[in-house]
Amino acid sequence: MTGLAIDVRGLVKRFGDKTAVDGVDLQMPHGEVWGFLGPNGSGKTTTIRMICGLLQATEGEGECLGYDIARDTDQIKLSTGYMTQKFSFWGDLTIRENIDFVARLYQMPKRRQKVDETLENLGLTHRQHQLAGALSGGWKQRLALAAVTMHAPKLLLLDEPTAGVDPQARRDFWDEIHHFASQGMTVLVSTHYMDEAERCDRIVYLANGKILTQGLVSDIITASGLFTFRGEGDGVRRLAEELKGRKGVDYAAYFGAALHISGHDRDLIQSVIGNERSADVHWEEVRPSLEDAFIALMARAGADQRVHA
Amino acid sequence: MMVGAGTSARIGAIFVKELVQMRRDRITFAMMFAIPVMQLVLFGFAINTDPKDLPTAIHVEEQTPIVRTLLQALETSGYYDLVLETPDPRESARLLARGDVAFVISIPAGFTERLIRGERPQLLIEADASDPAASSNAIARADAIFNRALRHDLKGSLSPLAATPAPFELVIHPRYNPEAITQYNIVPGLLGVILTMTLVMITGMAMTREAERGTIENLLAMPAKPIEVMIGKITPYAGVGAIQTTVVLLAAHFLFNVPFAGSLWLLLLGVGIFVLANLALGFTFSTIAKSQMQAMQLTFFFFLPSLLLSGFMFPFRGMPGWAQMIGEGLPLTHFLRIVRGVMLKGASFGDVQDALVAMSIFTAIAVGIAMLRYKRTLD
Ligand SMILES: Nc1ncnc2c1ncn2[C@@H]1O[C@H](COP(=O)(O)OP(=O)(O)OP(=O)(O)O)[C@@H](O)[C@H]1O
Ligand SMILES: [Mg+2]
Repeated sequence: MTGLAIDVRGLVKRFGDKTAVDGVDLQMPHGEVWGFLGPNGSGKTTTIRMICGLLQATEGEGECLGYDIARDTDQIKLSTGYMTQKFSFWGDLTIRENIDFVARLYQMPKRRQKVDETLENLGLTHRQHQLAGALSGGWKQRLALAAVTMHAPKLLLLDEPTAGVDPQARRDFWDEIHHFASQGMTVLVSTHYMDEAERCDRIVYLANGKILTQGLVSDIITASGLFTFRGEGDGVRRLAEELKGRKGVDYAAYFGAALHISGHDRDLIQSVIGNERSADVHWEEVRPSLEDAFIALMARAGADQRVHA
Repeated sequence: MMVGAGTSARIGAIFVKELVQMRRDRITFAMMFAIPVMQLVLFGFAINTDPKDLPTAIHVEEQTPIVRTLLQALETSGYYDLVLETPDPRESARLLARGDVAFVISIPAGFTERLIRGERPQLLIEADASDPAASSNAIARADAIFNRALRHDLKGSLSPLAATPAPFELVIHPRYNPEAITQYNIVPGLLGVILTMTLVMITGMAMTREAERGTIENLLAMPAKPIEVMIGKITPYAGVGAIQTTVVLLAAHFLFNVPFAGSLWLLLLGVGIFVLANLALGFTFSTIAKSQMQAMQLTFFFFLPSLLLSGFMFPFRGMPGWAQMIGEGLPLTHFLRIVRGVMLKGASFGDVQDALVAMSIFTAIAVGIAMLRYKRTLD
């Protein structure tokens, strides 16, 4: 057994002539929370499915919790919890029946009690006899998370668990994720939310089936090579349109009343805003947002790909 | 009219969408052509309401020109196919019970001599009348066949014998269903038809429903082995089969007064294996079909020949050889032999052994295919 929770090398998945995942290496230590990011169709779900044995990799190899991902899928399934992107519990079973089904499949001791506890923690005891299909989107996600963590898996694979979940519930979700991690669970969670990415120990950013970059949030911002200035004041309105086309300005976006402009050349940006230095706009340099960093990384990846193609 | 243009545009939009969806569902599209073709072939060629070439055993105690003429006439009539000769009259009962032959014809020693002396000797035809439709035409024609044959032979000094009434007495023993009550044949058979239709269809949905609703991803992510999924999924329907069997058997007894000549336990053994065969087949369909709709169509594709070629609707022995061969591959054919054999003929284990084995082999093959086809991943 390696010291890694996930250790996969050169994973490739092709569907027909479409390459969904194109050589992914992932070495994830135990007990961490990693964010899995990337645009739609970049291969996050496909990668997760290969890790937990739901898809056979076209190429590549690896271990999940020390088990071979091609051969030992039974063991992998026993000790991982996988929450699917699309709700895939049984809508025509009640909430309790769904939980009970999972408890039976994993042969949990003291099943009744365990199911009662799970319902209690979820806060669904009073609705336990309603059909799961009748739950609202956010509640379905909560039910799914509770169900896939019931058998105390060593590895949690969460595929966009908070999509469509309200802010308070999202915060609760993340508290829970960190609670699991504090108990030694390893968590790989895919998301499109930047604030969630910032809550992770590390981030893996996927684009076109390849890992574009990975590391700490600060590493990724640094890796993007971006510089961002924030302008505030009355004159900032309509300035974005003007600045967007200027040499040196790659991105211009409003955050509330403030305008952020970013680019790869610090001096160039400074000269641009120097020219615009009207009295009622106040500029200061800020940390580039993760979103800007990703968009910059994507743009670069797109350019690289075009060069290679 | 104001709505005219808009309406036709919208009809057109829906028409195009339907057309595209229809073509994209390959199995459905194929079935739309395969099922009519199958119906044409089955109804047009396989089914025969005037069954010919029925297997017949003869028990002849003397060989004379007249006896040979009679046997020759049977063969050429087209209704009787003399497949074997039994030296032992007791053997005939067994042959009929097993369904190996539809008729046993016995000509006793001294038949010719007594015929020439004008003593009107007896000629015995024992018939399996459990299926009245299968045997009635052949029986009805027997007298005429023999008479016409003898008219050639009885010439010269024997010519007075050629006059009516016939110089022999044709004795017919319709066995198992002497009053030719069709319900006796239909009702037990219906048990098999009901089990086939419901069980194959319901289990056909087993995996396709999971796939269609997306719950398959969750199911596969959890530690359940294919055989566990299969057994877990089909067992509830074995219970359904048990209830259906009880209802039909009670109805057969109390409503239709169908006799029950054999062993209930033997019948239940047959029902058990037959139910398994259908459940396994349904599960196999559900691993092949991509949607519940396709599973339904596969079920229908299987059900149609089961209904027509098993001997339920039309006499099995009356079908051409190729149709009988297909029929031998269907579990319903074997089940009908068991259920009719046990209920109407009092068939023993030995009599239905072959049918039990055939259904077991079918089950094993279906389970094997299901396990091969069962996808453990989403690929
Ligand atoms: N079963 C499949 N057959 C064919 N193509 C597939 C299949 N599953 C995924 N793909 C393709 O593989 C690519 C990666 O898909 P995947 O679902 O892994 O992306 P993702 O990163 O999870 O996207 P999202 O953020 O939208 O969930 C996509 O182009 C998708 O169309
Ligand atoms: Mg996805």
